[in-house]
Amino acid sequence: MNRAFFGGRRLRAYILAAFGAFAAIAAHASVATVDIGKFMFMPMELTVAPGTTVRWINHDQTPHTVSSQGKDKLFASKAMDTDDQFEFVFAKEGDYRYVCSVHPFMTGVVHVRKP
Amino acid sequence: MSPPSDTKSHSTVRPDRLDGPVDPHRRQALGCLSAWSAAAIVWTVSGGVPMALGATRGETPRRPEDHAFTFVQISDTHIGFNKAANPDVVGSLRHAIADINGLPNAPAFVVHTGDVSHLSKPDEFGQARELLQELRVDRVHTVPGEHDAIDDGIGGYLKYFDHDGRKRGWYSFNQGGVHFIGLTNVLNFKAGRMAAIGDEQLAWLRKDLAGVAHSTPIVLLAHIPLWTIWEPWGWGTADSAQAMALLRPYGSVTVLNGHIHQVLQKVEGKVSLHTAMSLAYPLPTPGQEGVGEPEPVTVPAAQLATLLGTRQIELVRGRSELALIDRPFVASSNRPSDLAPNR
Repeated sequence: MNRAFFGGRRLRAYILAAFGAFAAIAAHASVATVDIGKFMFMPMELTVAPGTTVRWINHDQTPHTVSSQGKDKLFASKAMDTDDQFEFVFAKEGDYRYVCSVHPFMTGVVHVRKP
Repeated sequence: MSPPSDTKSHSTVRPDRLDGPVDPHRRQALGCLSAWSAAAIVWTVSGGVPMALGATRGETPRRPEDHAFTFVQISDTHIGFNKAANPDVVGSLRHAIADINGLPNAPAFVVHTGDVSHLSKPDEFGQARELLQELRVDRVHTVPGEHDAIDDGIGGYLKYFDHDGRKRGWYSFNQGGVHFIGLTNVLNFKAGRMAAIGDEQLAWLRKDLAGVAHSTPIVLLAHIPLWTIWEPWGWGTADSAQAMALLRPYGSVTVLNGHIHQVLQKVEGKVSLHTAMSLAYPLPTPGQEGVGEPEPVTVPAAQLATLLGTRQIELVRGRSELALIDRPFVASSNRPSDLAPNR
């Protein structure tokens, strides 16, 4: 084949299409927020798509943690002071229960479902 | 004052239990707390039944009996906390230290029933340890609170406050004819269940008590109350009944707790349990705040001084009587008789 056939505008078009696809994927990777306040995770149940980042923000004066309850201890934050944040990317579908490690009645769950 | 029954708990003294119409504005736990714990109320515990000897309102303190020794309980200093409820917890601890160093009967030692730090940070533990060295006592005995166990269990806490170098949160010692025990009940958290002492520590407690005569008075230190005050807030210990069973044969058991930032007391047979004021900030009484565990309560500075304080405990050698004196920084101007519902 003549190499020139894939150069110039055609090559630029392919490159632009590739960038376009990339941008579309980036736009779907989103962040969902869980607010920690008055010793509660709000919302207590959150449903997100796979690949979503969940961000917890502590609004209490009391420190809290986010600690996965599963056997494999998938995620565990350090102590979160007021305004501290913790993030975790949920890649796989499933139900992920978590608790504050020093306040055992403070629980929440993240449901990960394909949209 | 008529002698209280042996099941009296001072948590029953609340404005909404008084005769007369209930004024919602009186549902302020703080007014009740400051009135109840105002000044110094001297209690003795004789055979497990508390008897009031009479309040000391800044009058001449009782002279100690011969062969008595005293120690002081402080709790919940939360070094590192800096929000509105108390922007200067270091100043509050220094105020307590000055009160304790100024006592006419120098205490033998001080006990701290936990939440030494606010965030389990090394610099908070370090600063707390330095401040506690300003106490003019031979020793400060501490037990950890859950604020001391947020990261890495009590590993961080033990780097600064290991009692005997054994790298664990429980210990015992004898002094003044009394057997003192320190327990850690801020580990073993499980979702939906109160914190627990745990099997390993209970096994140690059983072994430790095997060498203690039933006539020896016992003082037990633990951060979270060893009776269930309000389970939804985690104000209790899941396996405390097992510890209480081990203590039942003893003629005098005094349990000193912290965690709830207010004084509540309960007597179960020969065991009396007492929570303590904080040196950082007040918390509401159970049920006052709604469903979730409560946040620090912000009050005017003058009122804060009536809600923070220390407790002096006096033991008479050879007897099982202990006198407990709760000392807020400032006595409240409310007298118990002023606590009418419609004020």
